[in-house]
Amino acid sequence: MLNHSRIVGFPFSRIEGPLKVTGQAHYAAEHHAPGLLHGFVAVSTVAAGSIAEIDTAEAERFPGVVKVYTHENRPQTAESDDKWKDTAAVPGHPFRPLENGRILYDGQPVALVIAEGFEAARDAASLIRIRYIADEPHTDILRERRQSYVPAEPRGESMVPPPPRGEPEQAFAAAPCTVSAEYVLEGEHHNPMELFGTTVLFENGGLTIHDKTQGPQNTQAYVCNVFGLDPEKVKVRNDFVGGAFGAGLRPKHQLFLAVMASLDLQRPVKVELSRREMFYLTWRPATVQRVSLAADRDGRLQSVMHHAVQATSRYEDYQENVVNWSGLAYRCDNVRLSYELAKLDVSTPGDMRAPGAATGVTALETAMDELAYEVGIDPLELRRRNFADHDQNQGKQFTSKALDACYREGAARFGWDRRSFSPRSMREGHDLVGWGMAGGVWEASIAPAEARVRLSVDGAVTVSAAASDIGTGTYTILGQIAAETFGVPLGRVKVEIGDSTLPKTGVEGGSRTAASSGSAVQVASKAAVKTLLAHAKGMPNSPLARASEEDVSISEGRLVLERNHQIGLSIGDIMDAAGVSFIEEHGKIEPDEAQMKKFISYTHSAVFVEVKVDEDLCIPRVTRVVSAIAGGRILNPKTARSQILGGVVMGIGMALHEEGMIDHRTGRIMNHNLAEYHMPAHADIEDIEVVFVEEEDDKVSPIGAKGLGEIGIVGVAAAVSNAIFHATGKRIRHLPITVDRILGA
Amino acid sequence: MRPFDYTRAETVREAVAALVANPEAQLLAGGTNLVDLMKYEVAHPAAIIDINHLPLRQIEELADGSLRIGALVSNAAVAYDSRVKERYPLLASAILAGASPQLRNAATTGGNLLQRTRCYYFYDPSSPCNKREPGSGCSAIGGVNRIHAILGASDKCIAVHPSDMCVALAALAATVEVEGPEGRRYIPFAEFHRLPGDHPERDNTLAPGEMVLAVRLEGNHFVPHHSYLKLRDRLSFAFALVSVAAAMDIADGEIVDLRVALGGVAHMPWRDSLAEAEFAGAPPTEETFRKVAVRLLAGAKGQGGNDFKIPLAHRAIVRALSQAAAGTPQDQTVKAFQ
Repeated sequence: MLNHSRIVGFPFSRIEGPLKVTGQAHYAAEHHAPGLLHGFVAVSTVAAGSIAEIDTAEAERFPGVVKVYTHENRPQTAESDDKWKDTAAVPGHPFRPLENGRILYDGQPVALVIAEGFEAARDAASLIRIRYIADEPHTDILRERRQSYVPAEPRGESMVPPPPRGEPEQAFAAAPCTVSAEYVLEGEHHNPMELFGTTVLFENGGLTIHDKTQGPQNTQAYVCNVFGLDPEKVKVRNDFVGGAFGAGLRPKHQLFLAVMASLDLQRPVKVELSRREMFYLTWRPATVQRVSLAADRDGRLQSVMHHAVQATSRYEDYQENVVNWSGLAYRCDNVRLSYELAKLDVSTPGDMRAPGAATGVTALETAMDELAYEVGIDPLELRRRNFADHDQNQGKQFTSKALDACYREGAARFGWDRRSFSPRSMREGHDLVGWGMAGGVWEASIAPAEARVRLSVDGAVTVSAAASDIGTGTYTILGQIAAETFGVPLGRVKVEIGDSTLPKTGVEGGSRTAASSGSAVQVASKAAVKTLLAHAKGMPNSPLARASEEDVSISEGRLVLERNHQIGLSIGDIMDAAGVSFIEEHGKIEPDEAQMKKFISYTHSAVFVEVKVDEDLCIPRVTRVVSAIAGGRILNPKTARSQILGGVVMGIGMALHEEGMIDHRTGRIMNHNLAEYHMPAHADIEDIEVVFVEEEDDKVSPIGAKGLGEIGIVGVAAAVSNAIFHATGKRIRHLPITVDRILGA
Repeated sequence: MRPFDYTRAETVREAVAALVANPEAQLLAGGTNLVDLMKYEVAHPAAIIDINHLPLRQIEELADGSLRIGALVSNAAVAYDSRVKERYPLLASAILAGASPQLRNAATTGGNLLQRTRCYYFYDPSSPCNKREPGSGCSAIGGVNRIHAILGASDKCIAVHPSDMCVALAALAATVEVEGPEGRRYIPFAEFHRLPGDHPERDNTLAPGEMVLAVRLEGNHFVPHHSYLKLRDRLSFAFALVSVAAAMDIADGEIVDLRVALGGVAHMPWRDSLAEAEFAGAPPTEETFRKVAVRLLAGAKGQGGNDFKIPLAHRAIVRALSQAAAGTPQDQTVKAFQ
């Protein structure tokens, strides 16, 4: 079946866009029902200790208040940790809201006020009086790293460093060119536009839960397990998600609290968290990393050593793949990678766009830049000389790796060949100008996914899957894939996702949805065409009697022979003859285990950045970025470009702005609002060019796509940091690179 | 937020009477700061007196040639007023360096003067804070104090005034027109805000029952030689780490009248007119400006997290004065520093 329709691979606007910009797309906290109650969460103001006394009397008397829940009156729920573990849970004891009086982190929920209106709930919450017994908090990773440890239970295989190879220490000692430095990356806090919210409604004899999540089936299973509910009676929807970036992989406490209150009170309940509470939820953990690199005089890597200590909470061992990238990004035979955790009195960190890579690759790619200057060769050339043609960590072939093309095309678009090597060698007025680059890498894989496709007699198509669109374009690309197979315009395809009752799909994470659900839709669509052909072949004197699947396609409402579109039958006639009004098929894909024994897939990038830094005033500005991406087949260049643009902006924030500021005396985050926790404003973002290089890959997924959600951020912070070095001659190994850090360097 | 009484004042007299009658009341103008503070549980006014209907929304030219900016004139309206742009470009520039277009449309002149510090601890009701709760202590001392004061702080409070507009008004030596139970009075801008001392809960010298009616600008306009330079953590929509309103008159190659006001460094827009006077007659050169910076920052003291502000302020003063002397004020729409 050839691509006649020019749909997949072409730039379509989001099909749900008009709903979003006209206010018709309802997010989790925008659903209503008669008698809806509103919840407001009160949070702890100490980071460690316990509640000695909690007085809710005044809050309970507040007009409009229905009930105040604390650990003293919370209804009973599941006892065992297993019931609390969602599919994205990490080793440890999942947090249980209002379970007891123990305080594990600043901002921990300590009470839920349910009232007839939001304002009453909020105002009453401020009247709750709590006396704490505060313990000394430990929140400074630079201190707590002394007690770092290797996690006893790995979160996943990919997060365990490979065993050392070669003789990294000896090779390092013997090499003529070495760098070894420590990098500190402060914690970052998720702040998508949409806050976490849950609305619980009583519908059709069960619960309909509108939740802000990246996986409605994950939420559904969690709720059923925790509250012991019949899965048939619980439906979870997340039709629209206003950004999540990994924050919505695991259930948040507002989900538990909203369901708890609605079951207890037998009334619909909505709980929406505040912006402040975003700072107490999933966050990108602070890391302290040491990277030691050694090379010969030509820049060929002789030794790579990367050790990371990453923050986690007291109650869970959150893990991400921070260091393994350093063993596969470049060719090197002497490698030692190690990864440890340090427990802090903080909420459990979580996945945040390219978790692990965004931090680990930042350290590696900054160190590579340092090595380029140690060796005395162009930083891009250094990377070219160390090109890895297979994954040495796992001894596997790449299914594709068009990183060379990223280097070439990115450098050409940026004008890298005009760069002068020496730091402080480019100026413009008061500004020192710097050009830096970095490479990026992220895993590409598919997860098991299912989809259902229905072709109606009138040619209309419906695609259904329990996938999520977290702003990434899932609606659109699933529609495109079906539209192309059925030869219909995109507007004839209805896409139903964000509903736990639809065909099984994993959480939307790890840049896997496009490749996984997209492939499942393609499988289902092809199955529907096959069924249509079977019906056609059964018709008397069928012109398609001897046609096989490969011979036919659908064009303008007819099932036709590829070689001659004149020969065929209309969909309507075929279905009429078969006595059906629609054809519905299921599609299912799974990773190819046999292939995975030999092959592995990654997305790659090369990021080129120009910065300008006023020589005296030390204020950095990112004035130009070129991000060249090798991401397999690009299904929709428009939504794909948006993914990368967003990743670059987030990377600039990581490099220059974002930092949770903790008062280590109290363990409390002090800049818990968007006025003081800085992310880039429009003024901070200038020219960003995205280049998708040609990369054919027939193994990574049936549709050849790799996924683009994460790769856009990887390497950006390092490229900015490297550009600042090139501009100023100052190597700043502590992110974010704020004015004080430049001034003090 | 707690429930409160709401009344709407139709006249200044009514507003003052309501303030006198209820010391727990607060005036509501643009609401861009007060409403936030109420939501954060920092402010719990028992009553809100809405003054948005008072006739204070004009910029008038007075007989003596001075400009009277009503307390309810929005920041945007001031910044884009043709008379302000022509005569007081330093003020227009400072306003446009602050906040965002949306906020500048809502925020008022009087409200800008009365906005409260952005100290993290002031904004966090569970932290001790002498400004929010006198006698409870200052958490910023020894805490997260990257954005705090290097000049004029006390052991009770190290907060800074967050305004950009007020820094320009300080340099321009504006006058604040206030009305209270005792009638009308005029406060020189340098005496309007105050240092924290032992009473950081008091941001300014308004007496109980007094309200701001207008800001008056007269005298030297510093059109040829001025600049507002703001340094912050991102290029827009962030409070100043350090800002400088610089202005001077130059005659025969000598500085005649020097003005330097600093933002982001003290509990009030920081100006030292004695120091300024010492440079009358000096040549408007970078060397002079370095001396000005040294002189102005002689008493500067860091708190740890904000130590960098001292060298940063030094550099900013030199640059802003250089821009002013050269007649090339910082253009707030240009990201590069001139």
